[in-house]
Amino acid sequence: MAEPESPPTPARSDRSPWNWLLVIPIVVPLLTPLFNHDSPRLWGFPMFYWLQFAFILLGVVTTSVVYRMTRR
Amino acid sequence: MSDHITEIVVFTFLFLLVSGIGFVAARWRAPKDMAHLDEWGLGGRSFGGWVTWFLVGGDLYTAYTFVAVPALIFGAGAAGFFAVPYTIIIYPIFFLILIRLWSVSHRHGFVTPADFVRTRFDSPTLALVIAITGIVATMPYIALQLVGIEAVLKTMGVTGDSLLARHAPIIIAFAILAAYTYQSGLRAPALIAFVKDTLIYLVIIVAVLYLPYKLGGWGSIFDAADKKFQGTAAPGDGILLNANNQIQYVTLALGSALALFLYPHSITGVLASKNRNVIKRNMSALPAYSFLLGLIALLGYMAISAGVKPLPGAKEGTVDSNTVVPLLFDQKFPAWFAGIAFAAIGIGALVPAAIMSIAAANLFTRNIYKEYLKRDATHAQEAQVSKIASLVVKVGAVAFIVFLDPQFSIDLQLIGGVIILQTAPAVAIGLYTRWLHRGALIAGWAAGMGLAFWMLWQIPNAVTKRAHFGGSAFPLSEFGFDTKKTIYVGFVAVAVNLVVAVLATFLLRTLKTPEGVDGTTPDDYFADEGDPRIDKSATPVDTVSST
Repeated sequence: MAEPESPPTPARSDRSPWNWLLVIPIVVPLLTPLFNHDSPRLWGFPMFYWLQFAFILLGVVTTSVVYRMTRR
Repeated sequence: MSDHITEIVVFTFLFLLVSGIGFVAARWRAPKDMAHLDEWGLGGRSFGGWVTWFLVGGDLYTAYTFVAVPALIFGAGAAGFFAVPYTIIIYPIFFLILIRLWSVSHRHGFVTPADFVRTRFDSPTLALVIAITGIVATMPYIALQLVGIEAVLKTMGVTGDSLLARHAPIIIAFAILAAYTYQSGLRAPALIAFVKDTLIYLVIIVAVLYLPYKLGGWGSIFDAADKKFQGTAAPGDGILLNANNQIQYVTLALGSALALFLYPHSITGVLASKNRNVIKRNMSALPAYSFLLGLIALLGYMAISAGVKPLPGAKEGTVDSNTVVPLLFDQKFPAWFAGIAFAAIGIGALVPAAIMSIAAANLFTRNIYKEYLKRDATHAQEAQVSKIASLVVKVGAVAFIVFLDPQFSIDLQLIGGVIILQTAPAVAIGLYTRWLHRGALIAGWAAGMGLAFWMLWQIPNAVTKRAHFGGSAFPLSEFGFDTKKTIYVGFVAVAVNLVVAVLATFLLRTLKTPEGVDGTTPDDYFADEGDPRIDKSATPVDTVSST
């Protein structure tokens, strides 16, 4: 706070409402009742496994969207 | 041994190839002056998207993970799959929080998280606490990389019975690793990571296509596992979670994710990238590794379905479950391809081991040597001390494996994850606010550490028949709850840590204890490549100008 030099550029920030989207991939993979089931199976994978694999894609999509929307 | 000769030849060839790459790496993107910690310890802070992807991927997903996660699935089933949600939720966390650490470090020339804490809270003592916690948590993690290599060597039958014969191959492998890390610094693992990850992706893609075909399809693999777990007496296993281990699953995934982003080696990998966009883009690309890890985890079920029996452990009557994946490859793949798979795991151990030793060495140099032993150290001296410290760290890791039961390293790594989490209030919350008092952060850390050790001490392990340090799942009944549910130790400890830090902050404010001066400005947390203020700035204790 007590820096003597004045910053040459105006105050920056990376605040953006888009950042709230990142809450989804943090919370959803932790909701065990959502995926702790055997059926329906997909290619022989119980739901417990294929749905958690699908959450990886959810994470990729949300971080990509937030990156694109917040890029200056 | 003779029936493994093809595997050994392929393994040795690939191992020597990457060793050569490790030495040549010093000349890759060579700087004018290597005698600077930014160059040796952070690769010049210049890595772009691809290098960062390979480096951080090779850093976070270690050989031990590749061996231990399927071993866990093999033994306990669904509970071991926590590795997947764990590696999903770290990326949004990195995206939001670690990016601030990159910016403030870029602006002030920080090399370690403790550097940041020192400037932010104006407290060398708090920085020392963070640095020591980081070093102690990292050491057993390096030792565990050796466990990964050892599982492979054991399967190939190249380990003898005497103390020396059992460990000679590992000592040689680590001596080579130590030599090229000393010479090339972070450039060595960055370059080797390309080879390592190419091999790993190749092996796993082949494995998940070829093995289910040999084992009668995914459905029958899961059914075989289900049948095995229903036949065992252990209550916690199965291909789904049960009523009692869901809280453990969730808190372990979340706690491990928070711990991973505080580990010095992850921070080193991230600080080496050249700008904010490289990091942000990688948060969308790195989950490819999580996909890989999930598939690797399922190798544990394939091993059940294939009827793999793990090799005997170091002690009479125990089994080394870390050998299940190497054994699966050995039994189901042609010898030459098994050799490639083993090399992938072996080389997979070298990348994180190198980065971890560099990270631990940087902590020692910046927050102990420079802070307490030689305040006017030049950049060249800093780099030299760090290089030597990285050697010491590796010798220590080898000593862990040679002289102690490998189980001890696994216990320590478990503790490591729990204790590194205790730095979260200072490092992670510190990136957002300076509200917590520096003294309160130390008090919270001490409370969290004390509680963590007590809880870990209380946990027995039914399988290995040990009374203490048997795992990280703490029975809630110990707190007086009438339940069989369990929770991750680190999670409870960091919650208590935070509560103590908040209460102590109120107390210290009331007592008007000095809070020190914040060396950072709000702007610093958004600084990016090409920031005009970078040249003017130097780290607080720097006396010699940098490039």
